[in-house]
Amino acid sequence: MPGPDLLSSQGLRLDGRRPNELRRIRCKLGVFTQPDGSAYLEQGNTKVLAAVYGPHQASKSKSSVEGVVVNCQYSMATFSTGERKNRPRGDRKSQEMSLHLRQALTAAIKTELYPRSQIDIYIEVLQADGGAYCASVNAATLALVDAGVPLRAYACACSASMAWRGAEPAPLLDVGHVEEAAGGVVLTVASLPSTGNIALLELSHRLHSDYFEIVLSRAMQGCRDIEIILDRAVREHLAEGWTKQDIVTI
Amino acid sequence: MAGLLLSPTEKIYILHGVQDDYRSDGRTNIDYRPMELETDVVSHASGSARLRLANTDILVGVKTEIDVPKPDNPGLGKIDFFVDCSANATPEFEGRGGEQLANNISNMLQRAYNSSQAFDLKQLCILEGKQCWKLYVDILILECGGNLCDAVSLAVKAALFNTRIPFVKAALMDGGSVDFQLSDDPYDCKLLEAGTAPLLVTLCKIGDKCVVDPSAEEESCSVISLIVGITGNPKYYSKDAIETPNFKCKCSTIGMNGPGSVAPETFKNAINQGIIAANSLDEALGRALLRERQECNNFKKNSYGFLK
Repeated sequence: MPGPDLLSSQGLRLDGRRPNELRRIRCKLGVFTQPDGSAYLEQGNTKVLAAVYGPHQASKSKSSVEGVVVNCQYSMATFSTGERKNRPRGDRKSQEMSLHLRQALTAAIKTELYPRSQIDIYIEVLQADGGAYCASVNAATLALVDAGVPLRAYACACSASMAWRGAEPAPLLDVGHVEEAAGGVVLTVASLPSTGNIALLELSHRLHSDYFEIVLSRAMQGCRDIEIILDRAVREHLAEGWTKQDIVTI
Repeated sequence: MAGLLLSPTEKIYILHGVQDDYRSDGRTNIDYRPMELETDVVSHASGSARLRLANTDILVGVKTEIDVPKPDNPGLGKIDFFVDCSANATPEFEGRGGEQLANNISNMLQRAYNSSQAFDLKQLCILEGKQCWKLYVDILILECGGNLCDAVSLAVKAALFNTRIPFVKAALMDGGSVDFQLSDDPYDCKLLEAGTAPLLVTLCKIGDKCVVDPSAEEESCSVISLIVGITGNPKYYSKDAIETPNFKCKCSTIGMNGPGSVAPETFKNAINQGIIAANSLDEALGRALLRERQECNNFKKNSYGFLK
């Protein structure tokens, strides 16, 4: 398979990780006081803030009797990328990201509980180093939990790529910016790991269908790993027993 | 602030406190609330700072780019301010909702920095008339808890103080165009001199006295606020304080906000009060930034970001 060498002969990746290793995830719930729920998540050098407002009454044009309308806005700080961005949002890429976020998160939220209502989810990428979509989904899940919105399951997203070690296929987990830029396959999966369902799947570049299965299972494994990390963060946060919001109201 | 209802008695209580220079939370009229500051939080930017003042959260990143200087100022660099009101702060900022506020703040900053005594653009010159550095100061408002201008100006100054500009190793003249080789070593760079950078101080008029950094209750007692831009004193931003010249603070911009009006006498007092407040704020900021730099040089600095 043509393509750059993403794995060294020792089986290590460009940033020193093993093929099945995630980047370090650090997160915190309840970073802000004004939103109903907020979270900050770092996945390697990708840093994302998420804020949730709602559920509140939906504007007339958006309102639906079927269930809650999820409104997402994805925005990247102008200094988040190597080259300065001119506009933080409104370009085609961030609009697409907003749509994809909405799809993954609507699948996780119990929408039928809040007819004629709306939930606003705002994502701010402070630093982008590959996998910004995955980090956004994970941060948004934490913010939704912080806001107390009923979820079917955690929505977790993870990406995977394909590399070769000798003749052995070795799918890579949690693709970083360098690996993305090297031009390999990137398969992004947003799933509900506890039910095993896939909420969103996106594949860029060409991948032979024989290998689709192993790359997908590697990405799903990543989602399950991330769910464990998120779940631990939520439990630790709740064990602390308070959020900044509570301090203000006391 | 909307949604805050105060009875006339409560308003009089606040007003009397302000007259006696003793506010309801125990501060004097020129005291700020405690704030948190951290520099070097965004690794993709040349300089960055995050400031939290009460509930206001500001993140500033400075990016550098090589540009051609303006023909009428061939020896000066460029500085550009961009404010982005994130929808994280309030849903009203979604889409283009925060643009008006953002433009107000960035124009205010542009005006305050538009003086050689406020910020020396000569240090951004690479080759006169040919090439200069352009600083993009990008301000991200993450949470809005009042007193935005002051918080933004503090964070901007901290980020500029933290900004590193790479040295130019070699220049090739090829006909009329110039080609630069920049140093690859991240430590081979110069720090910006931001000691004189202005701070904006918002003075909220209550009765005929003014207070800085008003709380939400105080804001609802006031009909008009003055914003003054006061240049800093480089003495506070350098380790050997004796050698650096001692500049007097100067007022580089004045703006007004709100529907009320001010008597000329109050106006003069307010500006003097602003200068005193800015001076003590500047001193505190300088001390914090020098300590941060010291810790950074000794590799003792703990990075918190948003995880604290």
